[in-house]
Amino acid sequence: MADIEARGYAHPEVLVSTDWVARHLDDPSIRIIESNEDPLLYPSGHIPGAVQVDWAADLNDPLRRDYLDRAGFEKLASRIGITPETTVVFYGDKNNWWACYAFWVFQLFGHKNAKIMDGGRLKWEKEGRPLVREVPTYPPTQYQAPERDDSRIRIFRDEVLKKLGTGVKLVDVRSPQEYSGERTHMPEYPQEGVLRGGHIPGARNVPWARAANPEDGTFKSAAELKAIYEQEQGLSPSDEVIAYCRIGERSSHTWFVLTYLLGYPNVRNYDGSWTEWGNSVGVPIER
Amino acid sequence: MAQPPKAFQQVIDDFAFADRQERIEMLIEYADRFEEVPERIATRPFPEEHHVQKCESDAYVWAEDLPDGTLKFHFAVENPQGLSAKAWAVILDETLSGQPLEEVAAVPCDSVFTVFGKEVSMGKGMGLMGIADMVTAFARQRLAARKSPA
Repeated sequence: MADIEARGYAHPEVLVSTDWVARHLDDPSIRIIESNEDPLLYPSGHIPGAVQVDWAADLNDPLRRDYLDRAGFEKLASRIGITPETTVVFYGDKNNWWACYAFWVFQLFGHKNAKIMDGGRLKWEKEGRPLVREVPTYPPTQYQAPERDDSRIRIFRDEVLKKLGTGVKLVDVRSPQEYSGERTHMPEYPQEGVLRGGHIPGARNVPWARAANPEDGTFKSAAELKAIYEQEQGLSPSDEVIAYCRIGERSSHTWFVLTYLLGYPNVRNYDGSWTEWGNSVGVPIER
Repeated sequence: MAQPPKAFQQVIDDFAFADRQERIEMLIEYADRFEEVPERIATRPFPEEHHVQKCESDAYVWAEDLPDGTLKFHFAVENPQGLSAKAWAVILDETLSGQPLEEVAAVPCDSVFTVFGKEVSMGKGMGLMGIADMVTAFARQRLAARKSPA
């Protein structure tokens, strides 16, 4: 894969290479954050100095179906020893799926200096770079966060419903079987309770992982991404785009790709996604 | 009706009372003891009939006949990030290899959910059950062969 700068991205500064991370391991202005689906990976070995942010334990409200609030985010930031000036670099398993999700949640609180390590855990491991088991601790910080902003990059069901038929472009990033309604859960994942299968009317189906190179988890080049999202699916940067999946995690990956790599200014993640839509009474469904 | 081997039940009980952190530490200790199938049993490319279906970690299972009529189980996990599969393979090997076949056949595959807890709710449950399924199937096959010698 070509250097990040040579891939034609709209905002190449949001990606850093494994090399870059290796050169900045001791940089106090940078915090490396691992976010995985598999809870065994971080404790079994992580990039030296990296902290863990767990999507379930750290980013979700323990009771309501929602994300952590301002106080929760400030507490999390203090635990991992960051200030609003710290550059946070996310990486993780599964083509950075969960890293992008954590990145998205951090953007709900407007944390500006945020990046993704291209290729994630897979590339770091394949390159034989060091992994350690020692869990670092950093002095707690004071982080004053703004209230969570749910208007810019997040969208709720009722607003999605109102937008239908207004020219909004919906991107369903689930598997083709979920999109068609043949399944209501991911292939090989357990059934998680959705009453109806199908997709939101008008949605295009672009499985999220098409944006990544499977052999090393890096993102595809801008030209390859445009071939998928623009030539094949007919999106354009001026579109209002809503991405969704099953609970809003895979779609945060697509949100990241469209917003930062292709430079679409108006992309939102519908995190209620199919587990909300497919259980809602009376909403339109297409199969 | 046979019960699963005592050693297996003991491990399941240990996990049933572990909190999230203890569970993770225990699983990593198990995964650290993982040893791949020896070359005298199988070499790459591994045959498809030993491949566990639905396992995202690309796991394989073999059963070696021991002189006393019991089985020694061997495993391969092709996904280097397949730590859960490796931990589960070690648990199955350490508690089921060399045990009476009736007891191995009585192992409930959904023990996966006691060992891995909520952590398995996304993704791995099916594959891990598939590994246990293949182990118990080998025991059942040998038992059936005993009853109706060819």
